[in-house]
Amino acid sequence: MRGLISGVLGALLLSGAAFGAEDSACLVAGHLVHADFGLPRVAAAIGRKQLTIMVLGSTSSTLPGPEGAAKAYPARLEEALRHHLPGITVKIVTYAKARDTAAEMEKTLEKVVVDDKPDLVVWQTGTVDAIMGVDLDAFRAALEDGLDTLQTAKSDALLMNMQYSPRTDSMIALGSYAESMRFAALQREVPLFDRLAVMKNWNEMGVFDLYSATKKIDVAERVHDCIGRLLARLIVDGAKLAHTGLIGSGEPGSAIKDLR
Amino acid sequence: MPPVVPAGRDLRLDLFRGLALWLIFLDHIPSNMVSWITIRNYGFSDATEIFVFISGYTAAFVYGREMRERGTVVASARVLKRAWQVYVAHIFLFVIYMAEIAYVASSFDNPLYNEEMGVFNFLKQPDVTLIQALLLKFKPANMDVLPLYIVLLAGFPPMLWLLLRRPTLALAASALLYALTWTFEWNLPAYPAGTWVFNPLAWQLLFVFGAWCALGGADRLAPFSRSWPVLTLAAVYVVVAFAIAMTWYFAGLAVYMPRWLSEWMYPIDKVNLDVLRFAHFLALAALTVRFVPRDWSGLASPLLRPAILCGQNSLEVFCLGIFLSFAAHFAMVELWDGVSMQILVSALGIVAMVATAALITWYKKVEGRKPGSRPTPPNADLAGGEA
Repeated sequence: MRGLISGVLGALLLSGAAFGAEDSACLVAGHLVHADFGLPRVAAAIGRKQLTIMVLGSTSSTLPGPEGAAKAYPARLEEALRHHLPGITVKIVTYAKARDTAAEMEKTLEKVVVDDKPDLVVWQTGTVDAIMGVDLDAFRAALEDGLDTLQTAKSDALLMNMQYSPRTDSMIALGSYAESMRFAALQREVPLFDRLAVMKNWNEMGVFDLYSATKKIDVAERVHDCIGRLLARLIVDGAKLAHTGLIGSGEPGSAIKDLR
Repeated sequence: MPPVVPAGRDLRLDLFRGLALWLIFLDHIPSNMVSWITIRNYGFSDATEIFVFISGYTAAFVYGREMRERGTVVASARVLKRAWQVYVAHIFLFVIYMAEIAYVASSFDNPLYNEEMGVFNFLKQPDVTLIQALLLKFKPANMDVLPLYIVLLAGFPPMLWLLLRRPTLALAASALLYALTWTFEWNLPAYPAGTWVFNPLAWQLLFVFGAWCALGGADRLAPFSRSWPVLTLAAVYVVVAFAIAMTWYFAGLAVYMPRWLSEWMYPIDKVNLDVLRFAHFLALAALTVRFVPRDWSGLASPLLRPAILCGQNSLEVFCLGIFLSFAAHFAMVELWDGVSMQILVSALGIVAMVATAALITWYKKVEGRKPGSRPTPPNADLAGGEA
């Protein structure tokens, strides 16, 4: 056990060093990404040097075109995690189906979790539900059922909310759905990647031009790259948080502050 | 003894309804910094509660008198006519919305937002979309208040009849419907999925409560609502709600929020008019009635005149506000969305609302009507702002 712990700590310390070397304009939104809860199974998987992550999402977890799969955030996350966690095998499986609501994803969840046995599931959802106007109670119930399924399947979970899209901002009422996701994350004690706040911040700071009507994919690729990198940082922070909890040093809240 | 319908218009109603209309406009502009001033950020309830309550109050005030003077049938017919006007106004707004969304759909392309483009899918099925919109089942974002108002008005005649005879029984029936709605999770269906964003079966409680107050309930309640224990309780509740609201915006404060409390109270259900929201509105109302008396001299001040004018022409100004919030967002997207632009479009929008309200009031005067009064019976009620 002690060997395992020191192994994990070593890996995490290395990742901290690697992280410091990174600087990019999109990381200005970093203060909006914080692990409120630990990811103990990710920490354990890092200890085993074998980390499997599943991304379950809809269209906004993908990019179109032949390069799409390699440039979308799940692939960028894999890359960033390899950089953070040298010597650890990182495998990412993506299930992204267009127009799937949270309830539809929740149904597929049980099966795919058994098949792939991921250490962590990144569950991106909310946009389709908001567009369709799915009943809020039903949306909440789907989230909570899904998170319970993951809990039973002994997998960590992480929720990712919607993209910020200024042009359709007045047409899709995201507010109460985003709130429900925040609430479900809090209730089930899983971290939330607040993509909505992060992208809004990028827009405000002028990091990306999210207004432009363009067929070009370069901005979209850079946005996904940044999401992948911030997500990697959140996952590593979550593992650190769980780890410090494991060896019982200090409050979870202060631990994350110290390590960041 | 049947309740007495008080004579004379209470300008406070116009004032607060006018202010509520401004707040609804500001809240409906997405990513608008100016909306930080609106009350939804400082407690549980928001401008919708004010609007629904005052609408119930004025509906009972106007049609209650009508029902006594001209009988149940005539008054009911006029309520339904009003509901029809609101329906037409809603469909008019829907057409404007369709024009905007169709324009954006044809001009907007970005591979980052393939998923968000899904919001345009209904344009591919105009037959289904238009029919569902006419049935009030398909309601675009931010266009949920008028359908609620339509249903509340359509169901109002029997309630008004009962309110005039047995007001306490009517209020009890309304509360029972609210309780049953919560117990059995009743709501009206929406398209393409889900249910109404403002559940009329729950929100009717506030509308009927407003009507009940207008028909003498407020006077009967006064000794209670003006007593110092009630006012103290109201003030404490408003302060606690304010403190809790602060934890939504300042992550550092969230740690002071006891876990049992958040588990008990969240989510605060706007769809079904959460009891916490209703209570928050009641607390605000009790404090307002106490500190802003009916004969308050400020009501005559030119400073408050713009808001009062808006409140007296609420349907027109409400619709204009929804349109202006689309237009303001559109301008922000097409031109610039900086803070100064947000302040500019917010201010221009309110100026446009006031100017329109002043124009309609002038027009009513030309027609020989007092602001906010009933039209003389032979005239067609084209643009009444009375309920």
